[in-house]
Amino acid sequence: MLDRIAALGRVTLDTVAGAGAALLMLLKALIGKPNVRKSWPLLMQQMYAVGVLSLIIIVVSGLFIGMVLGLQGYNILVDFGAEQSLGPMVALSLLRELGPVVTALLFAGRAGSSLTAEIGLMKATEQLSSLEMMGVDPLRRVIAPRFWAGFYSMPLLALVFSAVGIFGGYLVGVRWLGVDEGAFWSVMQANVEWGQDIVNGIIKSLVFAFVVTWIALHKGYSCTPTSVGISRATTSTVVTASLAVLGLDFVLTALMFG
Amino acid sequence: MESRNTQLAVGLFVIIGILALLFLGLRAANTSAVTSGETYRLYAKFDNIGGLKERSPVKVGGVVVGRVSRITLSGEYYEPLVEMTISATYNKFPDTSSVSILTSGLLGEQYIGLNPGFIDETVEMLQDGDQIYDTKSALVLEDLIGQFLFSQGND
Amino acid sequence: MQTASHVPSQSSSPCADDEALVVIDSIDFAHGFGAHQVYRGLSMRIPKGKITAVMGPSGIGKTTLLRLIGAQLRPQQGKITFAGVDIHALGRTELYDVRKRMSMLFQSGALFTDMTVYDNVAFPLREHTELPESMIDTIVKLKLEAVGLRGARHLMPAELSGGMARRAALARAIALDPELVMYDEPFAGQDPISMGVIVKLIKELNQSLGVTSIVVTHDVAEVMTIADYVYIIANKTVVGHGTPAELKRSSNPLIHQFLHGEADGPVPFHYAAPSLADDLLGAQHAR
Repeated sequence: MLDRIAALGRVTLDTVAGAGAALLMLLKALIGKPNVRKSWPLLMQQMYAVGVLSLIIIVVSGLFIGMVLGLQGYNILVDFGAEQSLGPMVALSLLRELGPVVTALLFAGRAGSSLTAEIGLMKATEQLSSLEMMGVDPLRRVIAPRFWAGFYSMPLLALVFSAVGIFGGYLVGVRWLGVDEGAFWSVMQANVEWGQDIVNGIIKSLVFAFVVTWIALHKGYSCTPTSVGISRATTSTVVTASLAVLGLDFVLTALMFG
Repeated sequence: MESRNTQLAVGLFVIIGILALLFLGLRAANTSAVTSGETYRLYAKFDNIGGLKERSPVKVGGVVVGRVSRITLSGEYYEPLVEMTISATYNKFPDTSSVSILTSGLLGEQYIGLNPGFIDETVEMLQDGDQIYDTKSALVLEDLIGQFLFSQGND
Repeated sequence: MQTASHVPSQSSSPCADDEALVVIDSIDFAHGFGAHQVYRGLSMRIPKGKITAVMGPSGIGKTTLLRLIGAQLRPQQGKITFAGVDIHALGRTELYDVRKRMSMLFQSGALFTDMTVYDNVAFPLREHTELPESMIDTIVKLKLEAVGLRGARHLMPAELSGGMARRAALARAIALDPELVMYDEPFAGQDPISMGVIVKLIKELNQSLGVTSIVVTHDVAEVMTIADYVYIIANKTVVGHGTPAELKRSSNPLIHQFLHGEADGPVPFHYAAPSLADDLLGAQHAR
């Protein structure tokens, strides 16, 4: 029994220490005066790796999810003679929930895992140590640009996801199933609010961007620099980040729409 | 050269993101945002508000001019008091106007229909904080059925 | 148990006449909250402008020593000074400034895998100086010429052999003309030719530029030919030091064992463990 309590205590201590280290890493990376001339190209490079390269998966998944929403929504709504409400149903599901959440999950899998693996490998091959010994702070040089790239990219990706998803819903609902085009858009417009739905969706994806990128970077930076360690850290990034996104989504939804 | 291509790609990426935002803002959302500009508030008391909620639209002849911003119970007899936020663009409603709680379609949501009243020299315009006294409550289905059965019984 | 008391008497005050660039003053260091003690009461003086070799059996924590000097790790006790400054008392900014004056050649080379050899060498210059690109170009080519890789400057690190990667890393390490270069096992895993090249490079750098060098290695033969001064570490502390000639004449059994590569002696062949008989019998008793 005592052993169990001790084990719980150890886990608690480890968790607190881990969270503290993660916070410290982020603060050290982000606080301090930025050097625009040097950090701009680095940010561009990372925006490319993190944002541009994630664009395809986001567009394709957005399109398919929008199409599925259109199909399922139509089949449910048509029973009530309410297929005119297909537009707002698709748009609201995407803007409020699916856009930010699915983007964050895909982002964790696509970009988060690669960030973790990249940094873990840089640690294993002593590139981070070598930066430190060269008098270059790896937190500023390696962590900070990746963090900002993730933070800026994800909301953009979420917007693209929602827009493409709505288009997918339009293709299925209007072009295939024959919902009236005018009604589709006008009922959508009557029910979607700029402040309530779009801005809240963007706020959600900013929060998710912060959390997912942070988790990915910290897992890489603190991993055991061996092949097993890196593979564990990568898995852990995807699992932790996904759970964090889903949990936070509930909290945010409760705050915004509760 | 490589960094130039990278910058180009990132630039395109940002433009695509902004286009998506514009699409969402202009095509999908209601940006004529009745309640986002200058507004003023009107009040109305009802016997029964039915399914009316905060943020339900206030319409004049089907056109949204404002939204329900608050619903409270007020007075000695706990009557529902509805606060409506109306766009300042539409600020010429006479105090003879009436409001009623209507339903869009058979199963649709409930909204407030505002009917502007007649205007002559004795009538004043509604100002911020004024109350509309001519109100018609929501139709409650149970009451209707009850009335129907009662009137049947009288025959 | 061998301790520092076995140090040869003729070199008890090493290079007292030389100015020391790095002074390590009786440090204690343990990994992971004291779970694994690495050093206890270790002291060293690294004379300026000389090649100092630090030798010892594998797994004795020689790399740890270099990380302590570079202040990547912090000793639990004692202090380390670089050019008279206690490096573990420095703030972040000052520490990063001091680190520009030292550099380290990692065992793996630690080249940045996403850049060409040229950009790797140019990296510290671009990062720390405001030199125009034409000047950087000249410096990079000169440094690469010094290690014989000027022709390989457009290759990516993945395309280099191990020996070439280490030479490229050396070019990067000396790009800023540091006062101190620390070599972590520069000879490990090298073929005889590239080993010879690296030995020659270390020697030349020291002679032509007066770079203070610390070479951590267990390759006795190579390092004895170039080192000005040698420290031997075992059992968590310095067990012997002196010039190569002094050490060769030493009668200390531990130094003798190490220099001549005997399997067992004062440095035990076995990792610290209860005797085999106890271990086996104990296991049976436990069962």
